[in-house]
Amino acid sequence: MAAKKEKKQDKPIVLFVNEEKEPLLSKKNIALVTDPLNDNNPITVQVLGICSALAITVQLKPALVMAIAVMAVVASSNVIVSLIRNFIPNRIRIIVQLVIVAGLVVLVDLILKAFAYDVSKQLSVFVGLIITNCIVMGRLEAFALANGPWKSFLDGIGNAAGYGIILVIVAFFRELLGSGKLFGFHVIPEEVYQMGYMNNGLMLLSPMALITVGLLIWVQRSRNRKLIEK
Amino acid sequence: MSFLRTKIDQLKKPFLKGAKFEKYAPAFGALETFLFVPDHTTKKGAHIRDAVDLKRTMFMVILALLPALVYGMYNAGYQHFSQLGETFTFWDAFSHGAYKIIPMIVVSYAVGLGIEFIFAIYRGHEVNEGYLVTGLLIPMIMPIDLPLWMLAISVVFAVLIGKEAFGGTGMNVLNPALTARAFAFFAYPTFMSGDKVWVSEATNIDAISGETILGKLAAGKDIAWNASDMFFGSIPGSVSETSTLWILAGAAILILTGVGSWRIILSGFIGAALTALLLNQFPVNPLMGFPWYEHLIVGGLAFGIVFMATDPVSAAQTEKGKWIYGFLVGFFCILIRVLNPAYPEGVMLAILLMNVFAPTIDHYVVNANIKKRKKRLIAVQNIKTVS
Repeated sequence: MAAKKEKKQDKPIVLFVNEEKEPLLSKKNIALVTDPLNDNNPITVQVLGICSALAITVQLKPALVMAIAVMAVVASSNVIVSLIRNFIPNRIRIIVQLVIVAGLVVLVDLILKAFAYDVSKQLSVFVGLIITNCIVMGRLEAFALANGPWKSFLDGIGNAAGYGIILVIVAFFRELLGSGKLFGFHVIPEEVYQMGYMNNGLMLLSPMALITVGLLIWVQRSRNRKLIEK
Repeated sequence: MSFLRTKIDQLKKPFLKGAKFEKYAPAFGALETFLFVPDHTTKKGAHIRDAVDLKRTMFMVILALLPALVYGMYNAGYQHFSQLGETFTFWDAFSHGAYKIIPMIVVSYAVGLGIEFIFAIYRGHEVNEGYLVTGLLIPMIMPIDLPLWMLAISVVFAVLIGKEAFGGTGMNVLNPALTARAFAFFAYPTFMSGDKVWVSEATNIDAISGETILGKLAAGKDIAWNASDMFFGSIPGSVSETSTLWILAGAAILILTGVGSWRIILSGFIGAALTALLLNQFPVNPLMGFPWYEHLIVGGLAFGIVFMATDPVSAAQTEKGKWIYGFLVGFFCILIRVLNPAYPEGVMLAILLMNVFAPTIDHYVVNANIKKRKKRLIAVQNIKTVS
């Protein structure tokens, strides 16, 4: 993977004369991936991409597919925009970015329809709405426009992973408590139901997703010293 | 008395500053202040410490709740035996209700106070007394047959997310007791509404008519109760919301002791009455034609307005704001009841909605006052310059 990227980088390298040479997986570059997982998480710290986090976390499977779809879109749009960042006129950059993101989202949508039709139906409009996911545009504006393609790629992967982790955690609790399943399989045994246990209907409603995210933020902030505000 | 005092002082030693169990001082203090009024004095500024502290205020509310609670115990048994068609005495009915309701109260207090104590020790502040009332209110507004573990989870949700997440007693946006009920209502709808939940052990009996009056109305059925049943409370419903008479007795205690705001209570009833009266003018269905005075005495309207809407933390704080707040609670309650058949009872949602808007109401009331005073100031200045 890394070697491939290096080759790609060879071509436009003329454009980035000033770029410093550093190893592909230097400490800084690794931090680009690991930082958004905790200290700078797009959902729990920056509070971006909440809309889709509320909508598709009823079950684990769509949440996981969504996370992967967003990862593909963020990473590749980051790379593309980073490659052409010096040609984009500043005034119309948002439109250019939108066109690139929209093209990628359509691509992802078609791939999902072709290979995972059921999940694509479950996700319905939310695949198309990746275009409006603040994380995508946010990373393009904040990172890809100012950094090289390899760093932008890592940044995209990291941020999408940070987004995906929260999605999967929320979906885990919502599916487990809301319908007693994980990935569509019953995990709570029948005997428990016969003892009087019942699935929690509120977990299936989107307010509970917001509250679950809120609880995650609470837990994260009380554990992570860096995030405690004075 | 002094014997008790010295005994407590002895027990207190390990909890003092620097001693072994210093961390658990809040928990000890909470229990100590049950017996003795704390002897703190104010050190700075011109403040007077009233002997009536939060704990004593809360006891007044509990006192006001007792008539409705005791009647609720009797009514639970009354509904149970009369639906079964058995003969029974007053004590049969009362003991059946008590047998059902006391475990609910115990669970509610144990779980809620447990969380409060943990948070107090963890955060190092005193245990706040707010939960004394909430813990009693929660079982009083639940259906009698709600499984205890569901009650416990609702309490956990209400205390954790309704209160502690916002910073504890006095900081909550929503009324915690209603938060618990709303949680149970949406999480376990089959246990919170319908025709089987309001009469104790109704699921064992076939062909039972255990719906609430509002539930029947929403379903378009005839009701078998008259207005006096509704007022005195011999109707199915949540544990102690049925008897308007005993709720009004509680309201009298709250108003006389100055704990509850009579403005909210009065304007709440006025708002509900006027809205129902307005809807009565267009009686296209039985719900809209339901007489306005009966709207006031069925369901949880009276209980909600007297004990929930007057919650000093989540209600509006300004005097004018209280009128508006109460009126809108009544207005929305009737609106939800009549125009949204999916929710036969609307008082819970109406109060929660107005809890959210209470700070906004206060904001506009305060701003209006500032504007008025500015105008007056300008007018005075104009007179001075003229003269």
